[in-house]
Amino acid sequence: MSIFSLFRKQRSAPMARERLQVLLAHERASSSSDLVSVLREEILAVIAKHVQLDSDKVHVKMDRDENVSILEIDVEIPLDAALQAA
Amino acid sequence: MGKVIVVTSGKGGVGKTTSSAALGAALAHKGDRVVIVDFDVGLRNLDLVMGAERRVVYDLVNVIQGEAKLSQALIRDKRLETLFLLPASQTRDKDALTPEGVETVITELKRVFDWVICDSPAGIERGATLAMRHADIAVVVTNPEVSSVRDSDRIIGLLDAKTAKAERGERIEKHLLLTRYDSNRAERGDMLKVDDVLEILSIPLIGIIPESMDVLRASNIGAPVTLADARSAPAMAYFDAARRLAGEVLPITIPGEKRGIFGKIFGRKAA
Repeated sequence: MSIFSLFRKQRSAPMARERLQVLLAHERASSSSDLVSVLREEILAVIAKHVQLDSDKVHVKMDRDENVSILEIDVEIPLDAALQAA
Repeated sequence: MGKVIVVTSGKGGVGKTTSSAALGAALAHKGDRVVIVDFDVGLRNLDLVMGAERRVVYDLVNVIQGEAKLSQALIRDKRLETLFLLPASQTRDKDALTPEGVETVITELKRVFDWVICDSPAGIERGATLAMRHADIAVVVTNPEVSSVRDSDRIIGLLDAKTAKAERGERIEKHLLLTRYDSNRAERGDMLKVDDVLEILSIPLIGIIPESMDVLRASNIGAPVTLADARSAPAMAYFDAARRLAGEVLPITIPGEKRGIFGKIFGRKAA
């Protein structure tokens, strides 16, 4: 670190830009939450028919891009329930 | 049939009312018939910014509730005879605006005017969603500042979901109006640059309004900045933005970017 950097204030705009990009990527994903919450409920209902599981162990995520949307479904099944099903 | 523009932002204090008045006056200046509708029920201010605060008799809510005719509530600007204002109500509750009432008023205004400019209240509540409801074009007013950019992103999401056009499966035309821009600070790296905001929000730019004393001066005297001092930097930027709204293709210049030695020395004052 040079002695001059002590006097130079760090530029703040790049930080603003980066924070916004991270935040908005997250918020845009959750703003399609209407569809996501419907999907989540229905997926949960289907799986619950066969396996007993915790409702908060089902994660549904939607990532939207200009060209493509990715629907990510992450279901955590407890070990004993998985054994039962098998 | 006139076009409906909503001037919106989510965040308060970024310049919606200033921009509505300035763009409205700029469009009326070239002879178009323009009405600016204040949707900020309870906190009306467009009348004050346009210098018509003592001429308000009836307002939008009176018209919607059938207590006054539209022609009685419209206030003609004293400087431009093709410019009109429809004030918001000051006292009543926000539920006084009904979706049906708003639709009737907008439909009627579209028949008479070339441009119907809806000055949205801040927030994402009823007033804001009703203001954008029937828009063909949205002007999203944004300051180069994190909270304003975030709120604009929310508003863009609402425009794509909650407007009548979006519900019909059509695309609402969205434009970014960047206000209070200070190119010196942006160049020093202490303010988001035009390109940063554009990249984050990814909607086309309609204009960049420089941070300027002229804007405050115009509101002090009760005139849209495009009428108060048409040669000032913000006024010229608004005139260009209005021409782009009307479909002209003009190159966008970043105000105050090319600064001479004096500009650099007296940087802040010169802006």
